[in-house]
Amino acid sequence: MPADADVLFDASHAVRLRDLWKSFGPVEAVQGIDLTIQSGEIVAFLGPNGAGKSTTIDMILGLSVPTSGDVEVFGVAPRTAVRCGLVAAVMQTGGLLKDLTVAETARYTASVFAHSKPVEEVLERAGIADIADRRVGKCSGGEQQRLRFAMALLSDPELLLLDEPTSGMDVEGRRNFWATIRQDAAEGRTIMFATHYLEEADAYADRIVLISHGRIVADGTAAQIKSLTTGRTIRATWPGADLAELESLAGEGNVEVRGDTVLIRTHDSDAMARHLLTETPARDIEITARALEDAFVALTSGTNPGGEE
Amino acid sequence: MSSPTSATRDLGSRRPPRLGGFTTVVLGIEVRRLLRNRRTLIFTMVLPVVFFLIFGLNDAYADAAAGSGNVSAFIMISMALYGAVLATTSGGAMVSIERAQGWSRQLRLTPLSPLAYVITKMLTAMVLGFASVAAVYGAGLLSGKPAMPVGIWIATFLCAWIGSLVFAAFGLFMGYLLPTENVMQILSFALMLFAFSGGLFIPLSQMNDVFQAIAHFSPLYGLNVIVHAPLTGEGLDGWAFVNVVTWLGIFVAGAVWRLREDTARP
Repeated sequence: MPADADVLFDASHAVRLRDLWKSFGPVEAVQGIDLTIQSGEIVAFLGPNGAGKSTTIDMILGLSVPTSGDVEVFGVAPRTAVRCGLVAAVMQTGGLLKDLTVAETARYTASVFAHSKPVEEVLERAGIADIADRRVGKCSGGEQQRLRFAMALLSDPELLLLDEPTSGMDVEGRRNFWATIRQDAAEGRTIMFATHYLEEADAYADRIVLISHGRIVADGTAAQIKSLTTGRTIRATWPGADLAELESLAGEGNVEVRGDTVLIRTHDSDAMARHLLTETPARDIEITARALEDAFVALTSGTNPGGEE
Repeated sequence: MSSPTSATRDLGSRRPPRLGGFTTVVLGIEVRRLLRNRRTLIFTMVLPVVFFLIFGLNDAYADAAAGSGNVSAFIMISMALYGAVLATTSGGAMVSIERAQGWSRQLRLTPLSPLAYVITKMLTAMVLGFASVAAVYGAGLLSGKPAMPVGIWIATFLCAWIGSLVFAAFGLFMGYLLPTENVMQILSFALMLFAFSGGLFIPLSQMNDVFQAIAHFSPLYGLNVIVHAPLTGEGLDGWAFVNVVTWLGIFVAGAVWRLREDTARP
């Protein structure tokens, strides 16, 4: 551990994951993730619980070692990046000593870095300067989360990882928290956050990486992800429906027959409705927009609309 | 707002901290934390004093010579060592509470090296060790029974206190290894066992040969010999030092190893 050796960083790539795998016994939590995050990006890591988000974040932080594959943070090993104060994280629970005060916790954390920002300034920024002398155990969940955020900011990290940062916060707390993060990101810090709230990813990220069953199932701007999730569902009554005909129009997998009812998911609901009304005996046609949450489930529930494999 | 601007941010100045992140700021906060915990402080001071009052105040002991002092002094030193060991072990074992709160995982997100942290915690536990030795020696002075030259009062005090460092490391190792709920029960039992097998409660000369041979490997054997050496005036056998240094190495290495591995989510 040569403490003063110069480390050569790659300033343009905050995170680089190459064919990353992680298994816990027979469970394959992460199954071949390739991902590059450029410096300055705000990336949402979106997926249901158990998708592999936290496992991947732990590997980026050097808290766990990949079964195979490679992790680089600014071109160096995660542990080196942590020691140099380049990367910090806000975890969803734990990680605080209840018997310390807010200010003590911050001074403690600041002192172990080679360079850190003034404690008062960071507490001010995180909105907890007024409770600096309060014991951590007496702070509310939201205040504790702000303290975790302050601790992460002390080393002025280039990359900030947030793991489900607002779980357990009320709507007001969540909005305030994101306002602070947003303000912080304006300085060019790279931010990656894991969430299972679609609205959060949509509202605060420039890029959304959708993960399911340990794989990336979609990766793009919020608008691109939304276009994957738009589309409508047509419901019609059609006894003895011609499945083959419908599938040739809507594509395989998008047509479902339940008794006399057919359900069709399509991006062009107008054309499909016109066809049903003019060319087939279908009747009682209803057209509904797919809720974002439905689409999210569709995108992350095993079948991949992108069609790889 | 989010256009890549970091290329202009200078990463060249980023360096790991010196000494693995060891600082007096952390040490100071850790000591203050410990002193806030009055119950532990009092407990570690009261128990060895009570033991000394029970076992060390016999009038016959005050008349019987032991080296350059009397038997009462000999027993006071034994109890001070036992108290110091009990205190530093409990001080170290408090990390099991931190571990349950996810603090060791949090520390892995900072440059603080496990060794620097283990050393900080050992030094912190030494505050409890000091309180314990001071309490027993204070009781000894007040009782007027133990007698030995002033220099030996000081020398044995320092030996007992500094020697208990080994058990600060023991407490840390066990605090990281054992389940939080019953770590202190297990450790109190283990210390009692070490105290008997190391000859602290009953002189080894009263035990059979096999037991005496085994005793040389007990973690308290070496310390027991060293703390009494200034009083008894017996030459130090090298084995006592080997015993102390080896156990210290094992406990520190064990604590560092467990802390390094302790990255599980709380």
